[in-house]
Amino acid sequence: MSVTSSETRQRSWWRSNQQRLTPWLFLTPGMIMFALYVVWPIFESFRISFYDWDGLGEAQWLGWANYQELFNDRAFKTSLKNNVIWLVLYMLAVPMGLGIAIFLNQTVRGIRIYKSLFFFPFVISQVVVGLMFSWFYAPNFGLLYKLTEFLTGKGIAVLADPDLVTYGIIAAGLWPQIAYCMILYLTGLNNVAPDQIEAARLDGAKGFKMLWYVILPQLRPATFIAVVVTVIGALRSFDLVSIMTNGGPFGSSRVLSYYMYEQALSEYGYRMGYGAAIAVILFLIMMVFISGFIWKMVRDERGVN
Amino acid sequence: MLHLKKSAPLALGIALLAGTSAMAQQRTLNYYADFDPIPLAAFEALIADFEAANPDIDVVLQNFDHEGYKTAIRNFLTTDAPDLANWYAGNRMAPFVNSGQFMDVSDVWADNGLDESLGSAIASMTIDGKQWGVPYTYYQWGIYFNKTAYEQVGAEVPTTYDEFVANCELFAAADIDCLTTGTSALWPGAGIFDYLNLRTNGYEYHMALTSGDVAWTDDGVRETFAQWARIQPYITENHAAIDWQDAATLLVQGRAANYVMGIFAVGVFKDGGMTDETLGFMPFPTINPDVARAEEAPTDTIHIPAGATNVEDAKTFLAFVAQADVQTKLNEALGQLPINSGSTVGSDPFITAGFELLSTTPGGIAQFFDRDAPAEMAKLGMEGFQEFMVIPDNLDDILGRLEQARERIYQ
Repeated sequence: MSVTSSETRQRSWWRSNQQRLTPWLFLTPGMIMFALYVVWPIFESFRISFYDWDGLGEAQWLGWANYQELFNDRAFKTSLKNNVIWLVLYMLAVPMGLGIAIFLNQTVRGIRIYKSLFFFPFVISQVVVGLMFSWFYAPNFGLLYKLTEFLTGKGIAVLADPDLVTYGIIAAGLWPQIAYCMILYLTGLNNVAPDQIEAARLDGAKGFKMLWYVILPQLRPATFIAVVVTVIGALRSFDLVSIMTNGGPFGSSRVLSYYMYEQALSEYGYRMGYGAAIAVILFLIMMVFISGFIWKMVRDERGVN
Repeated sequence: MLHLKKSAPLALGIALLAGTSAMAQQRTLNYYADFDPIPLAAFEALIADFEAANPDIDVVLQNFDHEGYKTAIRNFLTTDAPDLANWYAGNRMAPFVNSGQFMDVSDVWADNGLDESLGSAIASMTIDGKQWGVPYTYYQWGIYFNKTAYEQVGAEVPTTYDEFVANCELFAAADIDCLTTGTSALWPGAGIFDYLNLRTNGYEYHMALTSGDVAWTDDGVRETFAQWARIQPYITENHAAIDWQDAATLLVQGRAANYVMGIFAVGVFKDGGMTDETLGFMPFPTINPDVARAEEAPTDTIHIPAGATNVEDAKTFLAFVAQADVQTKLNEALGQLPINSGSTVGSDPFITAGFELLSTTPGGIAQFFDRDAPAEMAKLGMEGFQEFMVIPDNLDDILGRLEQARERIYQ
């Protein structure tokens, strides 16, 4: 008797709390992974950034010395400046993606093929994009070098020029990023209400006014996502820099993520603590944007409810 | 960056082959290495000989991508140490020695009389009075040149730096790069700096500079850069975006005349179609006749990680690699020079030239800038060299920065 009564009591406890517990049960595996692979490393990076450590031997407490050094480090300033250039120029992907999306949003024979071709650069790996552009820019045999040599008599080797190199890499990065924004806008354009367009047309709106006051407001969700992925893409730009220049010439094309890798993990990098300090700065910069995005999302959600 | 274990299937194949040859109880010896194709073949032959001599040992070679290995080694030494691992002599091994990741192998040296036979390399293998690995090859650096280009402009092969600079004007008139290099991976530029510095200030100065005892703003360093400035306008433009192999192509095509390189580049030149008739080798010309001639000859080495499980057999392997006849055969296949004084060198003109050059060096033999200097200084230094070759006017700025780094790194 007592056994069954305790069973019923248990079952009833489960029954009464089921609704509340189930989401947590489903969330637990993800939360454990998130804590282990995201949250804990963040705190670990903060901790390591206060040490002088080569990744092998004993770590030595330094306090804020790594950060003090960062602020006098010219390589760090170059990386930070390049990150800002990346952030600003990468944003071009959003309007350019919109332009191509509007251009492709028509019903012509074989439009699907054109759309796929425009989307193609996003599908291929960043490493391949980087290699293709390094050949494009390559001194002596690259297409761009040959072209500028033909036109001006003197070839331009973009990746050897400390002033041009970052722009050259960003151009390579924009190619797939524009395709990504384009696809976001194409799906967004499918959802634009045709009756509103018709109504606007009856009111005499066309051209840019139509785009600005009727189409764009309806594309706001797509714009939001496009901006988010572009900002994050710009801040974590690493693969293209690594493939195309290794941060060179003499560190002119470094960005924070690459400088972090260089200091902590690369061939000559044995400064885990310093690398971690760079990672912390990069994290704080990203946090500004990410908090902004989350704040906007929460606000929108509340607005809807 | 990329941790490609390119030859894992190959290593497996070797393991299977070895497995069939001896059915008796075998002990496994795990060996991690970073060989390019030619050295890989040479080492496969060496391992086959070793297994024939020691049928109870089975060497499993895991070959890594050459550049990826340099970052992978730190992971595997601490997590999954093999019994043997490739690395380099000089200061380059210091981080692993100081953190206790490499095993002291002084007993292998003492038991096999290596202090005698490998005497030329003992200094670069010694830290804290102990030896930390066994060297198996070294190779000379110098200037490789295109004989056809020299004939075309009517230049004589120079012996002094003044003649070299004078030749550069002849080459420039014919639209040929006097000196080519490809510094996208930075280290080729360090070869030029090292030689200018060795010829201007000598071996002792090079060692003092790389061990942090001389300021980068010192007059000696400035003199080296002043000599460098004389040839700077004649160095291949855009070298900062060129790989060393692509610069080798320029020499092969006759668009460049001279290239400061190691002997390992000869294979690339010959693959490109050059022969002993068109490819020449000369020692770096004399700058200051009062400075004893010193050369650059980096040494490649094998070490036992502290986490090795089969230490006994690893030491047997090191002793085997140190033998005179083994080094003779190995280096013949590598196209490089053996360390063991009892070894003989092949008849290839570039190898005999290198052997001649190094065995008669009065000044001393340096490893290389990035092996003599600590890792961080090496990286900053090589970036500075690259910047100087692109924007020579930045010299004061570069030296000031390097001096600042020196004060921090060697404290």
